[in-house]
Amino acid sequence: MKHESVETNAGLLIILTLAVISVGGLVEIVPLFYINDTIEEVEGVRPYTPLEQRGRDLYVREGCYTCHSQMVRPFRDEMLRYGHYSLAAESQFDHPFQWGSKRTGPDLARVGGKYSNEWQVQHLINPKSLVPESIMPGYPWLATTPLDYSDIEKRMIALKRVGVPYSINRAEFEANVERFGEETAIMLDINRAEDNLVRQAQQGNFDGDRSFISEMDAMVAYLQVLGTMVDFSQYSEGYFAEFR
Amino acid sequence: MSTNEKPGKKPGEVETTGHVWDANLQEYNNPLPRWWLWGFYATVVFAVVYWFLYPAWPVGGSFTKGFNTITFMDNGEEVTTHWNTRSLFAQDMQTGRHAVRQREMLDKVGAMEYDDILADVDAMSFVNAYAKGSFGTWCAACHQTGGAGVIGLYPNLRNDQWKWGGTVAQIEETLTLGRNGYMPGYRESLNRDQLNQVASYVLSLNGYDMEGDAVAAGEEIFTGPLGGCFQCHGMDAGGLPSQGAPSLNNNLWALVDVPGAASDEERVSRVASFVHDGIQRVMPAFADRLSETEIKVLTAYVHSLGGGQ
Repeated sequence: MKHESVETNAGLLIILTLAVISVGGLVEIVPLFYINDTIEEVEGVRPYTPLEQRGRDLYVREGCYTCHSQMVRPFRDEMLRYGHYSLAAESQFDHPFQWGSKRTGPDLARVGGKYSNEWQVQHLINPKSLVPESIMPGYPWLATTPLDYSDIEKRMIALKRVGVPYSINRAEFEANVERFGEETAIMLDINRAEDNLVRQAQQGNFDGDRSFISEMDAMVAYLQVLGTMVDFSQYSEGYFAEFR
Repeated sequence: MSTNEKPGKKPGEVETTGHVWDANLQEYNNPLPRWWLWGFYATVVFAVVYWFLYPAWPVGGSFTKGFNTITFMDNGEEVTTHWNTRSLFAQDMQTGRHAVRQREMLDKVGAMEYDDILADVDAMSFVNAYAKGSFGTWCAACHQTGGAGVIGLYPNLRNDQWKWGGTVAQIEETLTLGRNGYMPGYRESLNRDQLNQVASYVLSLNGYDMEGDAVAAGEEIFTGPLGGCFQCHGMDAGGLPSQGAPSLNNNLWALVDVPGAASDEERVSRVASFVHDGIQRVMPAFADRLSETEIKVLTAYVHSLGGGQ
């Protein structure tokens, strides 16, 4: 019996088991890569600037995703609390995405602009000083640790390899000007990454201290851009349903 | 006959899988239980029905949409789409029982005057229920869940101390347009002694028993050209809501932690160092984020927290 040759051969059993259980995942995931409407057509979504991208790296480093999701679902209660439901387009430049499913803390997909920079800084240093009932731990070292951006170009090149449209040559830059406008295209230029990062941190003054670029600058810059790229007032209620 | 044989059928009576391990270890090949088998067939039938009703199979760059439809209003036109969660959401927001009920109440409260809302039990119970959520979302991060604020940072909304006024019109303006609170620091115009004198005077206005000479000197600074405090806070220190200047004579402290100080010296030093540093605080504007009706509901709620005037 064939059964016997599978059951008595551990290596073959493992391979065939993996093949069978991967079918379930593959049939659900693979079609999304070639279905035309997976990513909605929407204005405004752009890759993260170097500073925001470093903030995102810190977000991942500190494990924020273990308690915070970034996915507003299309339910009434979520809309009332967080705002418009998340679009696939809004996380198209996230590698990996931070959708998550664990909400020990609130969803952060639309936290950008909701609180002031000062609030974010104080809250990250000591959450209980602002929200006494909070169980979020403090992250005071973000304010005192200088931001390491020596490898920002390499990080952007790595993201470029997985499809984020950062530009490294003239042609790619021109394509970005066409796609995102000149101001944004400059921010996405890998050759100017370090200058752009320093300038954004100093102009934005996210941590309230212009004299030094801390990890807090990057983290707050990232949090403040989350969910703010799309102007939903431009779109009717039914527009995004057309893509589903 | 060995004694460790299981009861029931013996090997040979039921078909085995034919596997033999360790000389005599065999496996029965019993038929599946009938209930299980029918359950399995039912799931297969369910899946096929599902394919016909809901989006299911990918086909080229698209997918089978299914026959189930959803109808909702889009830009004033009725549209019908195949079943999907986004259309379902749009429909729920327009015709769902809770959404309709909520909209009715919002429309009702939105059309009422503040005096009527505050006097109407139904309207206020809606205000309390609705605003508890939106206050939690938009306001509580600073003013705290119950509105008691954080001393030194964010004002208490439950007491009689109002920087920008506690009438409904003033609260509504604060919510709609936001506020920029500013008091200059007096680090250059007043020396350490003078700062302490002003602090002593202000504390004396709030019922603290301060040393007489310092109070008199402080009063002169407060009401005279040297300090000029009266220009915003008023000659009687009663405050001036149009400037965001709180009254300083009601022993209610939002930015200086006087109640938390242990001694008169500490109270004086806390007030003095506040006057020395000055302060700048921002209340964000909500005109772009909340509708007029939502602001109205929040205004009525904040007014009813305890300090409304």
